[in-house]
Amino acid sequence: MPSWEHFPHEADIGVRGRGDTVDIAFEQAALGLTAVVTDPDLVRNHEQVAITCEAPSLDVLLVDWLNALIYEMTTRSMLFGRFQVNIDGLRLSAKAEGQGVDRKRHEPVVEPKGATFTELRVSHDDEGQWMAQCVVDV
Amino acid sequence: MDIAPLQQISEDQWRLPPTGKMRVPVVFYADRALLEGMDDKAGGQAVNVATLPGIVKASYVMPDGHWGYGFPIGGVAAFDAEEGGVVSAGGVGFDISCGVRCLLTGLRASDVEPVKQQLADALFARIPAGLGSTGQIHLNDAELTAMLSGGARWAVDRGWGSQEDLDRIEEHGAMHGAEPQHVSQKARHRQRDEMGTLGSGNHYLEVQRVAEIFDPHVAYQLSIAGGEVVVSIHCGSRGLGHQIGTEYLREMAIAAAKHGIELPDRELACAPLRSEVGRRYLGAMRAGINCALANRQILTHLTREVFSDVLPQAKLPLLYDVSHNTCKEEEHVVDGVQRRLFIHRKGATRAFGPGHPELPEQLRDIGQPVLIGGSMGTESWVLVGTAEGMTLSFGSACHGAGRRMSRHRAKKQWRGSKLIENLAHRGIIVRSVSMRGVAEEAPGAYKDVRAVVDSADRAGLARKVARLEPMVCIKG
Repeated sequence: MPSWEHFPHEADIGVRGRGDTVDIAFEQAALGLTAVVTDPDLVRNHEQVAITCEAPSLDVLLVDWLNALIYEMTTRSMLFGRFQVNIDGLRLSAKAEGQGVDRKRHEPVVEPKGATFTELRVSHDDEGQWMAQCVVDV
Repeated sequence: MDIAPLQQISEDQWRLPPTGKMRVPVVFYADRALLEGMDDKAGGQAVNVATLPGIVKASYVMPDGHWGYGFPIGGVAAFDAEEGGVVSAGGVGFDISCGVRCLLTGLRASDVEPVKQQLADALFARIPAGLGSTGQIHLNDAELTAMLSGGARWAVDRGWGSQEDLDRIEEHGAMHGAEPQHVSQKARHRQRDEMGTLGSGNHYLEVQRVAEIFDPHVAYQLSIAGGEVVVSIHCGSRGLGHQIGTEYLREMAIAAAKHGIELPDRELACAPLRSEVGRRYLGAMRAGINCALANRQILTHLTREVFSDVLPQAKLPLLYDVSHNTCKEEEHVVDGVQRRLFIHRKGATRAFGPGHPELPEQLRDIGQPVLIGGSMGTESWVLVGTAEGMTLSFGSACHGAGRRMSRHRAKKQWRGSKLIENLAHRGIIVRSVSMRGVAEEAPGAYKDVRAVVDSADRAGLARKVARLEPMVCIKG
């Protein structure tokens, strides 16, 4: 089952996504990132942004993906509530859907500064379940 | 943290001798209770820092030390370029030159009390805070470049402050050696609409009352009087600094092996000071420092505008502005020899002692003011640097209370609306766009700032001057 959760870091917050594929784990980690700011269910998904990135390893690709989203969130003043990720080797192409920040509706908690290499892991278990996680500096 | 392997040097100084790949010892400045309360991971990070090439004397942890990224927050380390020393993007962090500035008002608390609500509303309306807020200043690329070179001096030249302000800012308001050409278009884009914004998380603007004076002589020289009101602003280099951190951290983490550096933790991402990427980062990071200095200068201007509407008799001169996430090239005496070193302070405040040539003339006899931010319901502090601090920690002290509980736990434990109500009963007005944000920043999620400051004072890192209590808090 696709899922996301937050895990504790003393100063900031960890985001973790799980899924049957690495694509889904990345999508879920992105939902976890949105949830650092607001309840993802409050985001209306009527605008679309395309994102691509490439990295030397899968875990660095996760950092790049989350940092690309942070960049789009801050420069477009948007929040994203739905993601479609496609990873081909070490190349990621994605669609992020969301809306402009509505401060009354979303009551944004914090502004993520950057995804970090702290507690960074992308892995799968024996049953093929993928997990993608790192700490986000807020 | 397990303190069994540590040698106790004094009540507030502990030493972990070098073992394995450590090139130098770790020195902790904290009392036993603070040290035992520190996360093991913070100690582990300080050990990792001690393994980096070119580190001088020791890897230091301040009394507010806690688990950070690569470096512990509250970490101080000096590197010598001549000995293969490094500069670490992780050692500076994402919020380059995040810091605190304090403005005097000359007003008595009794002058402010009757208009406190009005002042809180006016500040909340005027100071852009949190995600989705933008400043009123929008910079084109040429202006951004000028700002990245000029820092607070650039802001003053545009009418957002005075020459007197610049004397009360580290580097006299403009960091030398900034190289805006090494700041990417993405970093510039993130900053275009963010000048004069507070940010979020633990950033704040507070109206505070001077509750207690510890050193009347120094307080008098700093024009701090008991019962008077000051304004403190805590924020940094906003999106530009975050993007510089993001990009160089990635580049250094990947390139470390090429430079023959074995990173015990990728977040410690660093490069030799003499390498091409090391030099580039220094230029970009210094531009980030200027961005933070300019940002706090603009926020000061906005604050002055609000006060001129609500309490027009107040002038709001700047007491001082400190940065606590930096790497700066400084002269220090090590074992009797003068050396030029690169001092990383990650969640640590520069605290130069009396007589230091970098200090403006008015402050030279008393040492650099050290501004310590507390959590919104507790207290903040003014200290001054000491002569002994120059040898104890390369002229560095703590920077705040330091978290003791994760945001994750804090939001489960407290409700923002209830916290605001409780603080209001104590006469503290909090304004924030997010109740969950208030819960995550609950005073109880932080260490006891008084214990941190007392430990820094006893250790000799800095000396207590005054304690400040909040009256109004605008949360980022």
